[in-house]
Parts: sequence; structure tokens; C-alpha cells
Amino acid sequence: MNYLKKFYYGDIPEDKGGSNELKDSSKVSSSGGASDWPLWEVFIRSKQGLDHKHAGSLHAADAQMAIENARDVYTRRMEGVSIWVVESKYIHASNPDEAKSLYEPAEDKIYRHPTFYDLPDEVKHM
Amino acid sequence: MPLQDLEKIFQDKIDAEIKIEPKDWMPEAYRKTNIRQISQHAHSEIVGMLPEGNWITRAPSLKRKAILLAKVQDEAGHGLYLYSAAETLGTSREQTINDLHSGKAKYSSIFNYPTLTWADIGAIGWLVDGAAILNQVMLCRTSYGPYARAMVRICKEESFHQRQGFEILWVLSKGTREQKAMCQDAINRWWWPSLMMFGPHDSESTNSEQSMLWKIKRKSNDELRQNFVDMIAEQVKVLGMKLPDDKLKWNEQTRHYDFGEINWDEFWNVVKGNGPCNKERLEARKKAWEEGKWVREAAAAYAEKRKPQTPKGALEAA
Amino acid sequence: MKQDSFIYYTLHLADNALILGHRNSEWCGHGPVLEQDIAITNISLDLIGQARNFYQYAAKLMNKQNAPSPNGKEVGGEFTEDKLAYLRDVREFKNCLLAEQPNGDWAQTILRQFFFSTYQFYLYRQLQESHPDEQLAAIAAKSLKEVTYHLRWSSEWVIRLGDGTEESRKRMLNALENLWPYTGELFVPAAYETDRMDLKNIKEQWAQKVKDIFSEATLPYPAEGWMHTGGKTGMHTEQLGFILAELQFMQRAYPNSEW
Repeated sequence: MNYLKKFYYGDIPEDKGGSNELKDSSKVSSSGGASDWPLWEVFIRSKQGLDHKHAGSLHAADAQMAIENARDVYTRRMEGVSIWVVESKYIHASNPDEAKSLYEPAEDKIYRHPTFYDLPDEVKHM
Repeated sequence: MPLQDLEKIFQDKIDAEIKIEPKDWMPEAYRKTNIRQISQHAHSEIVGMLPEGNWITRAPSLKRKAILLAKVQDEAGHGLYLYSAAETLGTSREQTINDLHSGKAKYSSIFNYPTLTWADIGAIGWLVDGAAILNQVMLCRTSYGPYARAMVRICKEESFHQRQGFEILWVLSKGTREQKAMCQDAINRWWWPSLMMFGPHDSESTNSEQSMLWKIKRKSNDELRQNFVDMIAEQVKVLGMKLPDDKLKWNEQTRHYDFGEINWDEFWNVVKGNGPCNKERLEARKKAWEEGKWVREAAAAYAEKRKPQTPKGALEAA
Repeated sequence: MKQDSFIYYTLHLADNALILGHRNSEWCGHGPVLEQDIAITNISLDLIGQARNFYQYAAKLMNKQNAPSPNGKEVGGEFTEDKLAYLRDVREFKNCLLAEQPNGDWAQTILRQFFFSTYQFYLYRQLQESHPDEQLAAIAAKSLKEVTYHLRWSSEWVIRLGDGTEESRKRMLNALENLWPYTGELFVPAAYETDRMDLKNIKEQWAQKVKDIFSEATLPYPAEGWMHTGGKTGMHTEQLGFILAELQFMQRAYPNSEW
């Protein structure tokens, strides 16, 4: 059984200067040995009406345990009213190399923002 | 893209105070430095549970017992946040822990000193956590995103730690003759080791310069140490106690306290493993880990048996 | 007399929570994995919190009554939660024997917690629903929320370990053998708890819950067998003396001090 560790999406291809060493160490650590439980990402709703927000990660053997661990680890100070957990290996992330093509095209669409429009001061509540 | 371009983009980001995130390109040495520092920090939290933990069962009142238990538990949480931050850099928790157990990875030497009396719990909170907090506040602005975020959470939670330590000593300082003596004795024993927590002098610290350039560290060892001395030298007056240093004196010119030289022989000896409790601390961690092996295996085996399994409520989660 | 027995009962509830909380707190820093170290400490904190509520209430009752301490010994000044926790000796503690049993391995700690949380769950529920003393019912209601989680957490661990690996199952069976003889006492009423509590009812619900969880954990439900008793009336195992030696050390070595 091969768990992809979280660093899979932080891994650096060799041709970009990532060293061999990391690859080696990843081989050792991603063996998913029975005693290293999978990693989970924790999302917490801090109060009714708000979105769940990423709080951090933890290890747990199964989903039930992950929720309880999240409760014990991340809500010790009344930080939450609801918890989501997802195994880290199921998180897909966008590639920072593509940041330019993904996010910069939005930059010149300033007409999407309300401040773009010049209205007479008399107009209220708009 | 050629390597030097990537390095330039990376350094430009750092200079512009843009945080580095796990998926971003980073120089291998930056990755390694962060792994080393974050895991050292994590280990310090975990090993740091032991000297205080051994007073949980002997705390002098129910209130103190609950506070201490909550505090030591916080350290476990902080270790966990930090191990998770290290994991974003390509090291598994198990691997990191193995490095601790094999002696390859270090933790803060302060935890190799024994807690002999109840006053030590106060002194640790006040001095040791006080020193740690200075370091941690700085690290909230460290350049690696997951580390900085872990530190923000930790700092928020740590704020009660130092206060509870000071309060323990404050009560002792107003107590019986025995309690006062206990208080002064603990300060005497913890003062110098807590100054050592900031590490060697800047002139002798090998890792510091590059770490400053990469904004992993943002203040030098000596700078932080001076901040600490200035802070504690004032606070100790409130307790009516003394810091064990004849050379401690306010300097009008520098607007700082002067203080005596640290016993660096002792420092290096404890780092090398010759501290009073190095062996016990590591043994205790190894024992917990080894005796927990069958537990971790059983839970993993059970999870495997029950797969695929949807937790209750998962479907209507959204 | 009736008031005395009510005070005894409140102390009994407090002692149960304190001694089990103390035992669990011994794990802090030594748990099998960081996440579970944190979990067991949370349970420990809940239990110590419950103990404090019960002790504070007992102290209040005792002060109001202006009576000599229930054991007839002078403690000096008013009763406080700390005097009750730190200045009574083994024979005056009224916790069940199960609470003071050693942590052993994780299996034994889990099983002890499961047995106790199941007991506390039905007990607190009854207290909350039907005890005429409002304060006691209120403490029970608050504690019940915590215990509901303890029960859930420990049940899941019993199942995991019972149905995990061969080794974990073996350890659970071993724990069962060690702890089972201490479960009977939970339902044998002491003189101070006869009047209001329906322990028979609690026992039935307890047995049903344990059977359900054991069946999921593939663990055998043992025959009733010989059961130890005595904790409720101060006849403890040797374990308690050592717990108190540690717990009470500071208050005994430095009497009449503020901490």
C-alpha cells in the first residue's frame, strides 16, 4: 500500500535543481508503513455561518479517528463548531509554475469590481 | 528555466516578503535548513513535555494540576503542528522521529536539566517559555509559509504559558520562608541555561547568516538574548528575587543590561549529551514510541479491514 | 445523618473522577502517538474538572453544616476542594477500585476508560434526570457532555484493538482478565448511595452497552464471576496509597501554604 505523502505536491523535479536525496528519502518515508498513519488535512468552521477553513494536518488511522483527533488537537480553545477532514493524498493542487497563466488574466478585468463604476454622489444604496 | 534564474526569483520573493509555499521551487539548502530547524523545534516541544510532565502527578493543588496538564498538552499540540509543517517539506513524521531517537536530530538542551522542585515549573514557564516566546514571535514572520502559520497558532496558545509560570513564582515569592527559598533556588538553576537557549554567539553560529538572508531567522542569537535579559531583569524585581549574575547591570549608554559570560563549556557539554538528563529524556521518548508501535499497527490494521468506509455525516457535509 | 450520607456520596463521585483523571494524566508525554497523547490528556482534564466541581460542592455543604469532617479529623479552617483532595488518607477515599487500577499498557487504559465511561454515562444521566439536588444534577448534566465523548472515544478504541491485530486482541483479552473483577463493585451500592440511585437499572444498561461494543470488537463478554468490592467504603487495593503519596506530596510536605 503506497500512501502519497503530502510532499508529493511540494516535490521538486530533478531537472529544476531538486536533489536526488529527497527522492531517496521519499522512497523510505512513503512506504506507508503500518505504524505511520496517513496524513489528513483538517478544515474547521469556527462558527455557524462561516466557511470551513484549513486549520492544519494530523495523522489518523481512519476518518472517524481523524475527526476526533482534529477535535482534540484543533478545537481545544473553542475554535470550532464543525470539522471536515480529508486524506492529504486526495488534495490536488494547482501548479505554481502556471500561476501566471492561471491568475494574471484576471488582473485586467477591473470592470468586475464595483469601484470601477463612477456614479453621481446622489445615488445612495448601490 | 536555468537554476540561477530560479534562485533569483526565489530570493526576490523572499526580499519582497512573499512567503514560500510547499509547492514553490526552493533551493535544496533552504529546504534542508527548514527541515532541520522545524524538526528540531518540534522535538523540543515533545521532549519539553517531560521535565514539566513529571510534576503533573505532584502538582500542589487541583487548579495547578489542571493548568499544568493543559500546558503540557499544548506542547504536544505544538509539536504536532511543527511535525506537520516539516512534512510539507518532504519528510514523514516517522522519519523525523527516528532521527530524534537515533540521536541524529537535536532538541533544545534546556530540557536536559532536571525539575527538582515545584518552583522549577514556575521557572520553566517564566524563563524557558519566556525565552522560547521571543524566538517564536520572530518566527511568526519566517519566510516558509507552513512554518510561519504554525508559529502564529503556537504563539497564540503560548501566551498563557509564561504568565502561569510567573504566577507560580509570584505566589511562592509571597509565601513561607521555604517557598521563597524554593523560588530563588529555581531561578538560580534555570537562569543560565535559559540564556543558553538562544544558542552560541553570533560570531560562532555557523547557520545564522544564510538563515537571515533567507529570512528563516529574522533576529540574531545575541540580539534575542539581549531582549530577553532586558525583559527578565525588570520582571525579577517584581518577584523580589535576584538573578544569579554579579555582572548584571543597567548600562545607560547602550540602554541595555550588561550581563556576565555564559559558561559555554557547559553548553557544549549538554549539547553533546552530557547534560544531567539527556539519557532519561531520550529513553522516555523511545520507550513511548516503541511501546506504542503495536497500538499504531492495530489501528492501521483495523482501518484497513473496514475500508472503504464513509464516516457518518460525510455525505451531507457540504 | 442523611446530610452526611449525601456529602459522602458527593465525595464518592469526586474521588472517582480525580483518581481516574490522575491515572490518565500519567500518560501525558508518553502516549503511543502524539494525537492520542493529546486525546487522553483531554479526558484527564475533563475528569479533574468534574472532580473539582464535586469537591467544591462537598466543601460547601460541609462548611454550611459546620460539621466536623466526615472522618472526624480536624483539617483547620474551612473545607476547600484541595483539602478534600490532598488531606484525606486512603481509608477516607471512596472511589471505586476500578479507577485506581494501574495504566498497564494502552489496552488496559482503554478498557478501564471504556468500563468507567459507560458507567459514568448512565450514572450521570440518571443523576441529571432524577436527582432531587439541583446542584448535583447540574454538575452531572455538564459532565455528561464530556463523558458522552469519552464513551465514544473509548468504545472506538476497544473495537479497534479487539478487532485490530493478533497482538492487540491478545492485549485486550489480558486487560479484560485484569479489570473484569473490578467492574462488579460499580453496581454494589454503598450505604450512602442506596436511597436515591437505581444502580440495578444502571447495571443493565452498562451490561448491554458493553455487550454491544464487545460484539463489534469480537471480544467475549465474560461470565459474572468473583468481584472485588470495598473501594466505595475505603477498602482499597494497595495502588491507592502510592497514588496519594504522589498526589498529596506537596500539601503534606509544606502544610498550610498557598500555591
